[in-house]
Amino acid sequence: MDFTFTEEQEILRDSARRFIDKEWRAEDIKAFVDHRRSFTEEMWQKIVDLGWTAVLIPEADGGLGLTFVDLAVILEEMGRGPMPGPFISSVVLAGEAIRLAGHPHQKEAYLPKMAEGEIRGTVAWAEPGDLNGLTPVKLRVNRSDGFFVLNGTKIFVPDADAADVIVCLADTGNGTGLLLVDKDLPGVKIHPLDTMDRTTNLSEVIFGHVKLPEDRLMGKPGAADPLLKQILNRVNVAYSLDMIGGSQKVLDLGIEYAKTRVQFGQAIGSFQAIKHICAELLMGVECARSIAYYAAWAQDQDDQEASLAASAAKTFASETYREVTREVLQILGGIGFSWEHELHIYLKRAKCLGALFGDATYHRERVAQELAY
Amino acid sequence: MDFRYTEAEQAFKNQFESWLSARVPEGFGTPEYVPPATWDGIADEYRRFQGDLFRAGYAGINFPKRYGGAEGSVIENIIVSELTGPVYFHALGGCHVISLGLTAPTLLAWGSEAQKEAFLPKTLSGEIIWGQGFSEPNAGSDLANVGTRAVKEGNEYILNGQKIWSSFSHIAEWGIVVCRTDTTVAKHKGLSYFLVDLRLPGVDIRPIRNISGDPEFNELFFEDVRVPETMRVGEEGEGWKVALTTLGHERYLGEVAMASTFFKEYQELVALAKRMPLSGRTASKDPIVRQQLAQTYIELAVMRCNGYRNMSKLARGVMPGPEGSVGKLFWSQLHQRMTEVALDILGPYHQLTGDSRHSIDHGKWVYHFLRAKGNTIEQGTSEIQKNIIGERVLGLPKDSARIAKKQ
Repeated sequence: MDFTFTEEQEILRDSARRFIDKEWRAEDIKAFVDHRRSFTEEMWQKIVDLGWTAVLIPEADGGLGLTFVDLAVILEEMGRGPMPGPFISSVVLAGEAIRLAGHPHQKEAYLPKMAEGEIRGTVAWAEPGDLNGLTPVKLRVNRSDGFFVLNGTKIFVPDADAADVIVCLADTGNGTGLLLVDKDLPGVKIHPLDTMDRTTNLSEVIFGHVKLPEDRLMGKPGAADPLLKQILNRVNVAYSLDMIGGSQKVLDLGIEYAKTRVQFGQAIGSFQAIKHICAELLMGVECARSIAYYAAWAQDQDDQEASLAASAAKTFASETYREVTREVLQILGGIGFSWEHELHIYLKRAKCLGALFGDATYHRERVAQELAY
Repeated sequence: MDFRYTEAEQAFKNQFESWLSARVPEGFGTPEYVPPATWDGIADEYRRFQGDLFRAGYAGINFPKRYGGAEGSVIENIIVSELTGPVYFHALGGCHVISLGLTAPTLLAWGSEAQKEAFLPKTLSGEIIWGQGFSEPNAGSDLANVGTRAVKEGNEYILNGQKIWSSFSHIAEWGIVVCRTDTTVAKHKGLSYFLVDLRLPGVDIRPIRNISGDPEFNELFFEDVRVPETMRVGEEGEGWKVALTTLGHERYLGEVAMASTFFKEYQELVALAKRMPLSGRTASKDPIVRQQLAQTYIELAVMRCNGYRNMSKLARGVMPGPEGSVGKLFWSQLHQRMTEVALDILGPYHQLTGDSRHSIDHGKWVYHFLRAKGNTIEQGTSEIQKNIIGERVLGLPKDSARIAKKQ
């Protein structure tokens, strides 16, 4: 039993930290949010050059064939930024969906290019009409003249406008199926949604009579459930790690302020009312780390633990991020309530990532089902 | 990062599990089981169990063989702690806590050779049970304010004073006692640490009942108690250091044992929810109960991972960082939330004591609920934990009131 990161992983974390400190400074994220900028191809290329898009893709498919724990250290550092962009959507959602569910010719067509960062993807899962957005998948795909025909609407699709391929969950009439939809196909319409959190890019995607050759279906129809579970696990562990990086960053901001802000002749961090909040927050962040690191490891083990640990991590990390941003806002006082201070960027991201692919309530019920209450 | 056991570790686990199943108190693990009704009965069970453990080579896994330990690995220690935790806490009254969790490691770190030889094997074998004499009426969270005096006379110390919340002294032969040996220096510099035979003349032990009615701790009075100089641990004036030695290994191991104990309680709670009807279905099908049980599971999974994370650093010879300091704060709160969930599920039935008609699980949930209230107080209150985390881990400044008092 070993709960420590390897030396290589520590080096990876270090280089990720240095890269983000240099390339994605506080003023960059502020400008990004203030001017509603989009993630740039230039920044994407820098990430590709670091090899991060290749981490999870097997060597046989042109990737590095590393583990989810290797990716974990990168995700945590990106969350500190926070670094907006289609990284998790492409690498964890689409990349893992294709790696896990794709037929050999599909993997061959997409994975090497995804490893090289030449193409990006996402997964279209949630549909309008259900508040948690995840189940059941109603978007219908029909067969006609040797083609699949897709009709319907997906919502809360992350980074759809930056994607080249959308893995769409659809009802095949024989269970849920995963379809590879190239974004430039006629009938695919993407409407970006105006969201509170400006670091996350969410869209409505409308499929209007989109014709797909039959070889665009991944896996076997009706056999997608275990795959969907794995994809749901992985994206939630990824979001958890992002949220932990963000939580630590916000806590650091709060502590720095508590040490330097003087009222009544002393640093406010000397007051137990403030000190004890900071201690509680550190507890939350460290506890979230413990379960999220374990969940990252469990993803490569393919057992029930992968689902339990992923849902536990998402529940704990999302509630921690929410608590840290709320409480640090209180420590910061008026400045924390201002647009000028960066706190609001994290506070909004906490709400957004916390709700995507299942909020805490959803994941607690998922744990209950896994444990067969 | 890898959470699997090696083949050898798995074999050790299997072997220990099968050994243990034959040595736990009769009926332990069944719904009918109730622990002995008196503390004397509990102490007898503890001595028997610990003696068996010792003779089989499973006591003091991380202690040197020359003091009766097993010199096993950190992983073996985790395995034994997880499997014995529920037995110690649910059947043996937690009698091991001060003896094995506090006294033995303190002696190993600070004791003289003679003290180690005299006390370690007998402590590991359960022959000696230790009580704790730290807190006093005026020294709670402000522990350095201890006023019990130890005055040197020849090669003896004369002890006078009063201790309170003294765990296990009612069944213990010996106590670890912090006393003031010097009143002229800063308060935490004038303390010394003693091993006191609680059967000596002048020692008076008066039980205090806890919130559940259980006399689990005591007042301890010393009136001219003569303690040989050889029973001082560490130098005179080093008592604060000895008492607060970061007993990393045992502290983290204790958390691992506690996690497996709480997991056992959680499993019993789930079984209860699956059995008890609520509004026309079982409680386990009620959406709110499901949320509460799942949240409990999640927090327990976190607690277990905290423990593994700390232990695995220690196994590599690294002291845990900030992650090591938050464990107690977290589990004490967790146990209170969890036991409150249990009582919520039981509704008015939680009122029924073990002796009442219609009582559920012999009233044990009430006991767990009440006992858990002590968790945020014992071993340093949550407020003290937060001061430690805030000041020593996060580097926040001390508050002016506490600085002024020290000067």
